Amino acid sequence: MMARLLRALGVYALLTAASLIMIGPLAVMLLGSLTPDEHVLASVGRLDFCPGELSLQNYADVFHRVPFWVYLRNSFLINAVIVLAGSVVNGFAGYALARLRWRGRKLLLGLVMALLIIPFEVIAVPLFFQLSFLGWRNTLLVQAAPFVAHPLAIYLFYTFFLGFPRELEEAARVDGAGVLRTFFQIVLPNSKPAFASVAIVTFLFCWGMYLWPLLMTTAENVRPLPLGIAGFHTLPPLAWGDILAFGVMMIAPVLLVFVLLQRWFVRGVATTGLGG
Amino acid sequence: MRIVPRRHSYEGLAGGLLAAPAAACLIFFIALPFLAALFLSFTNYRLGSPLPLEFAGLRQYARIFGDPGFIRALLNNALFALLVVPVQTALALALAVLVNRRLRGIAVFRTIFFAPVVFPLSLVAVVFTLIFAPGAQGTFNGLLELLTLGAWEPVDFLHHPWLALPAIMVTSIWQGVGFQMVVLLAGLQDIPRQLYDAAIVDGAGPWQCFRHVTLPLLRGPLIFVMIVTTILSFRVFDQVRIMTGGGPHHASTTVLFESVQAAFDRGWVARGAAMAVIFFVMVLAVTLIQRRLARQERT
Repeated sequence: MMARLLRALGVYALLTAASLIMIGPLAVMLLGSLTPDEHVLASVGRLDFCPGELSLQNYADVFHRVPFWVYLRNSFLINAVIVLAGSVVNGFAGYALARLRWRGRKLLLGLVMALLIIPFEVIAVPLFFQLSFLGWRNTLLVQAAPFVAHPLAIYLFYTFFLGFPRELEEAARVDGAGVLRTFFQIVLPNSKPAFASVAIVTFLFCWGMYLWPLLMTTAENVRPLPLGIAGFHTLPPLAWGDILAFGVMMIAPVLLVFVLLQRWFVRGVATTGLGG
Repeated sequence: MRIVPRRHSYEGLAGGLLAAPAAACLIFFIALPFLAALFLSFTNYRLGSPLPLEFAGLRQYARIFGDPGFIRALLNNALFALLVVPVQTALALALAVLVNRRLRGIAVFRTIFFAPVVFPLSLVAVVFTLIFAPGAQGTFNGLLELLTLGAWEPVDFLHHPWLALPAIMVTSIWQGVGFQMVVLLAGLQDIPRQLYDAAIVDGAGPWQCFRHVTLPLLRGPLIFVMIVTTILSFRVFDQVRIMTGGGPHHASTTVLFESVQAAFDRGWVARGAAMAVIFFVMVLAVTLIQRRLARQERT
């Protein structure tokens, strides 16, 4: 009994120590965002935050310095298009590959498997020229379109639909439903977990996208949140309080989704390997 | 029976229809630019150059491998993978074992360990710039001073020739360890309870249980996690761009950072493309190793 108690205490001590390390930087961010700009560095260095000094002034300053709502709207629109259009396009393709017989099926499957290992960074340079040539620079479209169809998402849907119980579909077909009707009325409603996992991981990956919008946009009115931080790097001394307040506001929507859908997050990440 | 042939042609049409948007996007947004990257890497293309576009053979590749900055980037990527992959995997395994038990409040700890994964790397990099700030003002310096009772001399981590890269490594490990933990935790929970019971009956202690039951049965998830981390460690970019700018003197540069810098900051498009192709070959090599290991796993 005594030994078990000691063991549990030891485990809790280890868990708490690890938690402090994991939470530390987040606490620095949150507390720093509430501290007046000129005191952030000193307070963070000595881990000494004066409770009387904490205020929301930095959050007010953020709205004066950068068009936060514009960034937020852009991030939201870009991600909504990628996640929604991606679910449709990749889900359809995964189903067609797993269940239907059509000319070109083997070819597309081969293409997906080959493209799976090309990291986005490899194609960033030529894609930049390709889409600049089309006049797509400084648009929201250019930030979403290249990420809608994703080989990893197609592959995940493909393996999911391979394991989908055939009996359900056959019952519908016997009742006279065509291929498309079977897909929309029987298969889709029973595939919510797969769609949710892929959607969440896609959202997670795309919300923080930095390199691509950095290359493709120069205009403030189309830039997404992650580039907003650059707006604070202009005039020294750096307003650390403002930067951290911006960070907190940037991560807030993701944290909200995370807290609401935590189980799906963990499952999605565990099965997909994060962004590939 | 009459329905069968009709259904087949209909199925062919439906299949093509459903797959067409994905196929078109994949070809236009991935396959085409990839071929373009290969093509560009064999030319002399430079932004704003008056010279006509010419086939340059392997000249770009020869130039790259004669560039000390790029060699340093290759070394840094190798060092990054060699240090970060084992350290991060070991930490993740320790955390996974730690949270794989029924205790009051364990779900809270799992959430805390996983939380950094949802933070964008660009934001993490900004916060860690503050944590690694120079002088007594940096959190890390302050912490070390506290732990050594004032014996620690504050250093400027991000501008230090030997400490800039390790600072980026620490940042990456902090952000990524929760992801690995989740994968390994799922693996741990798949191990049947009876195996541990049998081992304990045979007189095995906690360490022997871990060594002879947990580790062998966790081989699959461990390999997966290490391969993914290796590939991610090749792709380090955001942290370098935001925290150190590759410096001082290429001390913290990476292949991807050099490639983007060559193509966009200097306009050497062909050279940037050649670096990207080398980067692709590195990822391809790791992927092939992964497929081979996965095949061994199955047999």
